[in-house]
Amino acid sequence: MAKLILSMDGLVLKEVPLTKERTTIGRRPHNDVVIDNLAVSGEHAVIVTILNDSFLEDLGSTNGTMVNGQAIKKHFLQNNDMVELGKYKLKYVAETAKQTSANDFEKTMVLRPNMMPKPAATPPAPVPQATPGYNPTSTQVGPMGDPNAARAAQGSAAAAAPQQSAVIQILNGPNAGKELALTKALTTLGRPGVQVAVITRRPQGYFITHVEGTTFPVVNGKNLSLDAHPLNNHDIVELSGTKMEFFFK
Amino acid sequence: MKLNVELEFAAKTHPGMVRSHNEDSITLAPECGLAILADGMGGYNAGEVASGMATAVLRNDLVSDLSEWYPELTRRGTAKLHTVLQARVSGANTAIYQSAQSQPQYAGMGTTLAMAFFRDRFITSAHIGDSRIYRLRGEDYSQITRDHSLLQDQIDAGMVTPEQAKLSMNKNLVTRALGVDPTVEAEINDYETEFGDIYLLCSDGLSDMVPDAEVRETLQLLGSNLELAASTLIQQANDYGGRDNVSVILIKVQPSSKTSRNLFTRFINWLK
Repeated sequence: MAKLILSMDGLVLKEVPLTKERTTIGRRPHNDVVIDNLAVSGEHAVIVTILNDSFLEDLGSTNGTMVNGQAIKKHFLQNNDMVELGKYKLKYVAETAKQTSANDFEKTMVLRPNMMPKPAATPPAPVPQATPGYNPTSTQVGPMGDPNAARAAQGSAAAAAPQQSAVIQILNGPNAGKELALTKALTTLGRPGVQVAVITRRPQGYFITHVEGTTFPVVNGKNLSLDAHPLNNHDIVELSGTKMEFFFK
Repeated sequence: MKLNVELEFAAKTHPGMVRSHNEDSITLAPECGLAILADGMGGYNAGEVASGMATAVLRNDLVSDLSEWYPELTRRGTAKLHTVLQARVSGANTAIYQSAQSQPQYAGMGTTLAMAFFRDRFITSAHIGDSRIYRLRGEDYSQITRDHSLLQDQIDAGMVTPEQAKLSMNKNLVTRALGVDPTVEAEINDYETEFGDIYLLCSDGLSDMVPDAEVRETLQLLGSNLELAASTLIQQANDYGGRDNVSVILIKVQPSSKTSRNLFTRFINWLK
């Protein structure tokens, strides 16, 4: 369950769990989060929560709403976002139930039509007819995963790039001396239709694989098989007569 | 049965780096120009049962339909073909739904579906849920299916941008699935193909893990070796964390099928 932590001048005033679909923020007493300060409008902002995602929307307030120092009209809240209304700060903490094991993360589930109140802005989803007598509380939809796992997934995007950058230098022929930096995930070498090999950049390092052509690439004098071959520093690759050296930079 | 198009197929599936078992299921019927992919869900091994049933039932039914009724189904518009596809999807839905109802260990199981059928200059796609079909045509790489998912609905409603969608925690909620309700409708579309097109059917284990740009690059660079392209895509998904089962089917429309497309051969084929 995500929550908001209301503070002013570094002093925590209260915590508000985002249990409702709409959590309103404003000066007037009927709001869910009441901030009695003249810099805050009567109906200042609203947070719409759909399962594990929360959206902050400014309701045309006089002094505006800031998120992480930027004025916003509408914002998709991320963990640890800092919402500012005048002097007051609201920290958004996305914390989902702990009982969900990391293994449940990203498991595909079916969303049933009558399972949750539909947000006004969403058009009717193309859902099949519900089973008569179907009990919405018995569905398998539950907490979807912990936010740390989600961060880890994003973090792994960066992790998929290997540690060290490497280059291929051509050793003979008219292009001798030219260097080719292996910055992309895949780099192809050779001429299409004749002989092509690919160097893949992986977390474990660099690998060379035969792509097309009747002859296979040669690494350090040995013919490659169909499998990927790991490249070591100062390996010599030979491709249709052209010699190249692979090394780390 | 004559497809009037030369196709090259490659298919790979892998449990990924986190899951112990593979709930995805893929099957090909190259002689019919048919590729089917399903991503199952449900506790214990029910997901595997659902996806396995979907691919087996559909392959079996459609191969026998096509070998018997091929000319009737593919000539003069696509209405008949769509009706048959829809009926077979319904049949698979009923089979899965009934075993889910009758056997407690399978309760609540279901599966997504992505299916492609090729003939002449056309591809007919049918899908349910968040398994996708992409097309690479020259420089252009685009998704030709639209997910049946909460997130896609939110994107359509303008609540989230596609960039924000990547950060969403509701990625895994589908609004349509095979086998969870007594009836289901597949979304069926026809597209014209061009020589050299590469079509990719994949489960969300690929599309959620590997950025589109990287998939496109892989297909462009390794399109001449589909087997390698398929295993490289699986490898990329696993290098990015492999949090889900990952399956890919690649289909390339071979430029060598040119001969069968001139007017004369088409006329001869029409006479047959």
